[in-house]
Amino acid sequence: MSKKVLVLGEAREGVLRNVSFEAIAAAKQISAGGEIVGVLLGDSVEALGTEMIQYGADRVVTVEHENLKQYTSDGYSQGFMAICEQENPEAIVIGHTALGKDFAPKIASKLEAGLISDVTEIEGEDEDAKFIRPIYSGKAFEKVQHKEGVLFITIRPNNIATLEKDAGRSGDVSKVDVDVKDLRTIISEVIRKATDGVDMSEAKVVVAGGRGVRSAEGFKPLQELADLLGGAIGASRGACDADYCDYSLQIGQTGKVITPDLYIGVGISGAIQHMAGMSNSKVIVAINKDPEAEIFKVADYGIVGDLFEVMPLLIEEVKNLKVNA
Amino acid sequence: MNIYVLVKRTFDTEEKIVVKNGEIVDDGAEFIINPYDEYAIEEAITVRDEHGGEVTVVTIGDEEAEKQLRTALAMGADKAVLINTEDDLDEMDEFTVAKVLAGYLEEQDVDLILAGNVAIDGGSGQVGPRVAEMLGINYVTTITKLDIDGTDVDIVRDVEGDSEVIKTSLPLLVTAQQGLNEPRYPSLPGIMKAKKKPLEELELDDLDIDEDDVEAKTETVDIFLPAEKEAGRILEGELADQVSELVSLLKNEAKVI
Repeated sequence: MSKKVLVLGEAREGVLRNVSFEAIAAAKQISAGGEIVGVLLGDSVEALGTEMIQYGADRVVTVEHENLKQYTSDGYSQGFMAICEQENPEAIVIGHTALGKDFAPKIASKLEAGLISDVTEIEGEDEDAKFIRPIYSGKAFEKVQHKEGVLFITIRPNNIATLEKDAGRSGDVSKVDVDVKDLRTIISEVIRKATDGVDMSEAKVVVAGGRGVRSAEGFKPLQELADLLGGAIGASRGACDADYCDYSLQIGQTGKVITPDLYIGVGISGAIQHMAGMSNSKVIVAINKDPEAEIFKVADYGIVGDLFEVMPLLIEEVKNLKVNA
Repeated sequence: MNIYVLVKRTFDTEEKIVVKNGEIVDDGAEFIINPYDEYAIEEAITVRDEHGGEVTVVTIGDEEAEKQLRTALAMGADKAVLINTEDDLDEMDEFTVAKVLAGYLEEQDVDLILAGNVAIDGGSGQVGPRVAEMLGINYVTTITKLDIDGTDVDIVRDVEGDSEVIKTSLPLLVTAQQGLNEPRYPSLPGIMKAKKKPLEELELDDLDIDEDDVEAKTETVDIFLPAEKEAGRILEGELADQVSELVSLLKNEAKVI
């Protein structure tokens, strides 16, 4: 049976995040030929509708209100539920981002629905669809099936391929009027401290440092390499505990779980709790002076050597590559 | 102030996961309080010490979870509640767990609820927000700072590395992120005292919850381990040559840069 699927488009600084297009691709698989309706919430988001359609949405419904300028669970749920009531969807797909993690459970609760979070792969389609998601931070996976009510999933960024963008696709972008009010959360300030632009959970390349980096200063070459590769930096718990960097950079079972195309571990030994957070990366490079380090067991490529000697060479080599490209 | 903390018993982070017949084998595994819930317990104790009141830790599970509740009491919580679902429920999902917890909490006089932002086993992070929504109270997830003045609450929230400075009010549910505090270890006198603190055990009947009303909406049909990764190539030769080889492999073989 075909399903009508709602997909939330998540914008950051006026640009749709890639996970929103991945969510459209996931919706397509679930919909079994049903309609895919993009949802955009914000103070001025109508213009983003076209891009959702070019990536595969059939049409887009927006709610625009000044109280939706910043995400709050109260504001967004008023907008989203108004669209839900109008559209009566059989399924919902949202990105498993900071916003998605905060927002999706509230909507699921309102709809008395199940919610399959952090899906990395969808097997089959229609009624037989099974959703694969990591448990124990990626030490294992579970396959989950929907039983009743609205089918609701959040998808992990970087795992489900987007559909090809079709600039010629067109569709209707309509508006629902909602008086968004009574917000119980007031955001008075946002302090940015993440690495410029690229968020670790969505980055294609992550350069991570461990205790071997020895100081906050020692992270500078890692940042330089990450910048050259258009990636983000991360860290092991050891490096965070030693105050070389902020806890927001921690990768592992008590930190972020990441699956970039390329992970480069620098001075990281590979404690089981760190490996849970990165071992599903597509390509793993390890640089460590200890040839017995656990991380070499999961690394595709390893260099046994002093990171303080390797990093300058590596940065130089990548620079040359970029110059010659 | 009436403070409640939602806790979960989880595998120790150092445990390897073994799967047999599509299920996790937990024989002989070490269990701990979910690390994010420890931040929640610590914060609850700090808030109580500053503003007065009582901290109650609540968990769902079987009798095994008593150990983690006693640990929370030894840290300084005042009371513990175990909602024992062993006889009533086989399959639970996040909907089930939240509904049972909300069933208990709606009978209590609640000012503040704390929980971990995610459990390191299931990893869905749904239960906190779901419980708040069922109780009709506001919630703020992944907090790194909490200040309470009367019913006014000031919070700093971690959002993918950025920090949101937030104003809200009680009653409220918050979920703890790393960096909120340093959880204390139970002291020896704490452990002795914990043995005498009240630990109440409830079943669904005591909460007037019908099994059918909390039936899971999703079902786990299989559990499996990730494909074993083959050990890769350790490069050899002069360091400078290794580095050029690496960059060339990443570009031409792996095609990731």
